[in-house]
Amino acid sequence: MPNISRDEVAHLAKLARLAVTDEELDVFAGQLDQILDAVAKVGEVAGDEIPPTSHAVPLTNVFRADEIRPGLSQEQALAGAPAAEEGRFRVPRILGEEQ
Amino acid sequence: MTAVAELMDYAEVIERFDPVLGLEVHVELSTNTKMFCGCANVFGGEPNTHVCPTCLGLPGALPVMNGKAVESAIRIGLALNCEIAQWCRFARKNYFYPDMPKNFQTSQYDEPIAFDGYLDVPLDDGEVVRVEIERAHMEEDTGKSLHVGGATGRIHGAEHSLLDYNRAGVPLIEIVTKPITGAGERAPEIARAYVTALRDLLRAMDVSDVRMDQGSLRCDANVSLMPKGTSEFGTRTETKNVNSLRSVERAVRYEMARHGAVLAGGGTIRQETRHFQESDGTTAPGRTKETAEDYRYFPEPDLVPVAPSREWVEELRGTLPEPPWERRKRIQEEWGLTGEELRDLVNTGAADLVAATVDAGAEPGDARSWWVQFLTQQANAREVELADLPITPAQVARVIELVKSGELTNKLAREVVQGVLAGEGEPDEVVETRGLKVVSDDTALLTAVDEALAAQPDVAEKIRGGKVQAAGAIVGAVMKATKGQADAKRVRELILERVGA
Amino acid sequence: MTDLTRLTAAELAAKIHAREVTSAEVTRAHLDRIAEADGRVHAFLHVDTEGALAAAREVDAGLEAGHAPASPLAGVPLALKDVLTTEGIPTTCGSKTLENWLPPYDSTVTRRLREAGIVILGKTNMDEFAMGSSTENSAYGPTRNPWDHERIPGGSGGGSSASLAAFEAPLAIGTDTGGSIRQPGAVTGTVGVKPTYGGVSRYGLVAFSSSLDQAGPCARTVTDAALLHEVIGGHDPLDSTSIDAPVPPVVAAAREGARGDLSGVRVGVVQEFAGEGYQPGVLRSFQAAVEQLRELGAEVVEVSCPNFAYALPAYYLIAPSECSSNLARFDAMRYGLRVADDGEHGAEEVMSLSREAGFGAEVKRRIMLGTYALSSGYYDAYYGSAQKVRTLITRDFTAAFERVDVLVSPTTPTTAFKIGERVDDPLAMYLADLCTIPANLAGNPAMSVPSGLSDEDGLPVGLQIMAPTLADDRLYRVGAAYEVARDAAAGGSLVHQVPELEAAK
Repeated sequence: MPNISRDEVAHLAKLARLAVTDEELDVFAGQLDQILDAVAKVGEVAGDEIPPTSHAVPLTNVFRADEIRPGLSQEQALAGAPAAEEGRFRVPRILGEEQ
Repeated sequence: MTAVAELMDYAEVIERFDPVLGLEVHVELSTNTKMFCGCANVFGGEPNTHVCPTCLGLPGALPVMNGKAVESAIRIGLALNCEIAQWCRFARKNYFYPDMPKNFQTSQYDEPIAFDGYLDVPLDDGEVVRVEIERAHMEEDTGKSLHVGGATGRIHGAEHSLLDYNRAGVPLIEIVTKPITGAGERAPEIARAYVTALRDLLRAMDVSDVRMDQGSLRCDANVSLMPKGTSEFGTRTETKNVNSLRSVERAVRYEMARHGAVLAGGGTIRQETRHFQESDGTTAPGRTKETAEDYRYFPEPDLVPVAPSREWVEELRGTLPEPPWERRKRIQEEWGLTGEELRDLVNTGAADLVAATVDAGAEPGDARSWWVQFLTQQANAREVELADLPITPAQVARVIELVKSGELTNKLAREVVQGVLAGEGEPDEVVETRGLKVVSDDTALLTAVDEALAAQPDVAEKIRGGKVQAAGAIVGAVMKATKGQADAKRVRELILERVGA
Repeated sequence: MTDLTRLTAAELAAKIHAREVTSAEVTRAHLDRIAEADGRVHAFLHVDTEGALAAAREVDAGLEAGHAPASPLAGVPLALKDVLTTEGIPTTCGSKTLENWLPPYDSTVTRRLREAGIVILGKTNMDEFAMGSSTENSAYGPTRNPWDHERIPGGSGGGSSASLAAFEAPLAIGTDTGGSIRQPGAVTGTVGVKPTYGGVSRYGLVAFSSSLDQAGPCARTVTDAALLHEVIGGHDPLDSTSIDAPVPPVVAAAREGARGDLSGVRVGVVQEFAGEGYQPGVLRSFQAAVEQLRELGAEVVEVSCPNFAYALPAYYLIAPSECSSNLARFDAMRYGLRVADDGEHGAEEVMSLSREAGFGAEVKRRIMLGTYALSSGYYDAYYGSAQKVRTLITRDFTAAFERVDVLVSPTTPTTAFKIGERVDDPLAMYLADLCTIPANLAGNPAMSVPSGLSDEDGLPVGLQIMAPTLADDRLYRVGAAYEVARDAAAGGSLVHQVPELEAAK
């Protein structure tokens, strides 16, 4: 039985980069709890001996030749950008380190 | 500013602790195109000009694997004596960061293409250490950010950042060692030797530019210490931003001394990422994360599994070059070098280049002298590694061939090499465009000889009178007239012929 | 003069290719109808009047010059779901976050439509990022069901289905992740097909759940759907999951089916899709449809697919998990809505505030659900188990298709519900996809074809037909046979019973 707390929902929102409001936290906590309770049913039949399926159609080895294809111009690339500068995407200051 | 860390004397560290190393090396493959799209894989370029919907992470765009990159990954796995997976998938590593367009990295997770291998690493004194390889897996590189404002150009203090995604999606192979134990005081040296051996191997395979200065080979060094007599690994730190072979050694040594001081002082090591600072050889902590990252890996649904047939794997095994250290052993015997001579060659980074030049048809002596003398000077002048000079062993071999055939003098040959280094093309093109061919046309030379003799009738008379050594003055005049492009030996012959001496 | 908007795509194509009418006239007629009806229906988010007319004139010019039509549907207008990218035409996915986004590239489906000379009228409304079963989750307001304006047109592709039922377009494209083509088709009395996964390229289809999403044809007749299926189907090297095999012969199959003989065809009725939660009128319509199939010569048997009961919970783990990752790219850095970029907030805060402002409740709910299901410590119990259920569903299909050629069920348990009725109850909303989800999980093709009106509320009901992977042609054979027989018995096509605009509430 899941039972997801308000704090857990807040943590999920943080992981998912959603600045949810307090009211949303209350609503989502209740709804997620209810949904998780319903979907936990998958555990009833998911035995150890059953292999998981990640792809609906079993294809393998789909490769592309190592050949250059025309992409976008700098102008096209930046056309949808909220802000751009010197041919680059301009974003607010980044805190933290590169991964 | 962070306080200067206390360091323990290195000898004491070794006396009291056993170091454990783990090295993660990222190699950018030198394929024509990126890992999952057809954009050019090139270093630099105008920002955001090698991008497309896929590597920019535009809504709706999909990845398709670069077959050549998969091939390179398998070859690297084989060269590292790894098992090659029968079936493996990509996964998504989910975390938000602006330099990663999709906010997940497409990477292999629990199903690497290659695993359980080893690399035999030669040390300076000839001893060979076996480093066990845990895995080699495929992934993609991120874009690059430029931090604007603030004093340092780094993250801290920046007002905003600018992003360029030309590098986003460039194919990477991450090679991870198993924990390296028992290295003792040689741990820093082994770390450097491992990365060096790996670099030489990858270069010989022609799968990557392996330029640490440009980031096409990057090393993260994990270091921990355990008190002597215990067998439980200590807490490790991961040092990034290690941009040269020398830095690998320095970073490991520094972290060992720092860990030693912390542990001896009764402190505990915090598991964290640290950044190596080239300027003073220290490491500084990165930002500590409030919570452990949860990457929420799951199989990448947009890519299908890779299942390399055993036939393909064996075919690729057949394409592996002779490992550099075996080639060195062979050339030592073939050229009759002493161990010390070979070591000098290796230490200057010339051994493989000389060998490759010999393979391209040059005499060992000529090849050695070019790389060890003139080209080493050029590399030093440019402050780059010998191997990073923009000239290939085949080009050097061609220059040697031109000298042998008398088409170039040694002096001209050096000019040709300068031309190649300046990006003027192949040696023959440089000879052509710079007009450096030896003047071997006797008619043209005879004109110059006649003119010189006419200009100095007294000298001509001396030669005619038997003072053959006086010909030197005429030779000099001819060489001057032909701007050094004449073969001095032939000029001398012609002079003697002309005066009837 | 005939009302051009009442003709089928095949009829329109025949007239255009015979030069009886120009594509520009046909296009103009549909644009006029949109101008007249869409204020009420709201099927479109964007109407590309100039682009459509230009494309139509190009087709006309080609025909005038004596060139053969680019495809059997050249010159016929179409409504495109706003989840497929269109170069230079807004693509919003029904989300505020993409309000002003102009894609720099065409999806493969878009490209194939253009190359086939099909005229794209505009982009249709949808639940935000295709998450929903009612089109109420669109950031741009709901679409109304042409049968009853107080009711939902299904979802997520409610704009596409409503545009067909409102005679604003003879053809439409939908995408189906858990039923988003078929369920809207069922509740609007139109035809919708989810092809075999990998049968139609996903390149340029803005992903909701990558391993389930599939674009497909929507139309008012089975034959029209088949013609459109052949235009958009086929291998695409830009989609790694695209199947490198010829498109199944769906048009030929529809023609064969229309002859009205299903002898030798074995039809399996899925036992599990009946009983509690099913509207009696829907079940009665379904029973009548099964009877009709038997009369056409089909051999009908009952088939049990015991794991289908686990399809819905598995779906509500897999789809949110994949969406939590797919939608991470909407971070206000490279495109899309950005708020709070005031020099005070850092990138991470701007991301979180922009995503909060740009996404609606259902999208946030699913992102968090998926984030939870993929978290370390929960992965095995949730996402991992759901993927095992996927294996079990596929095994059920495999076993069933050893006994029968196609499976049938109601497309959705109820007729169109009232707008607002289920918005606060996600679980009730999710039940709309109960019968359609198994085919998404296993990847096999399925169709919804109108089976008449439910006797208690007079609203359309859909018959779902499911076939084995890559046997899409079977859907068309059975669907066309049934359609012809039903229409003959009922004295005409169901969709022509849609009330006039004014008559609908």
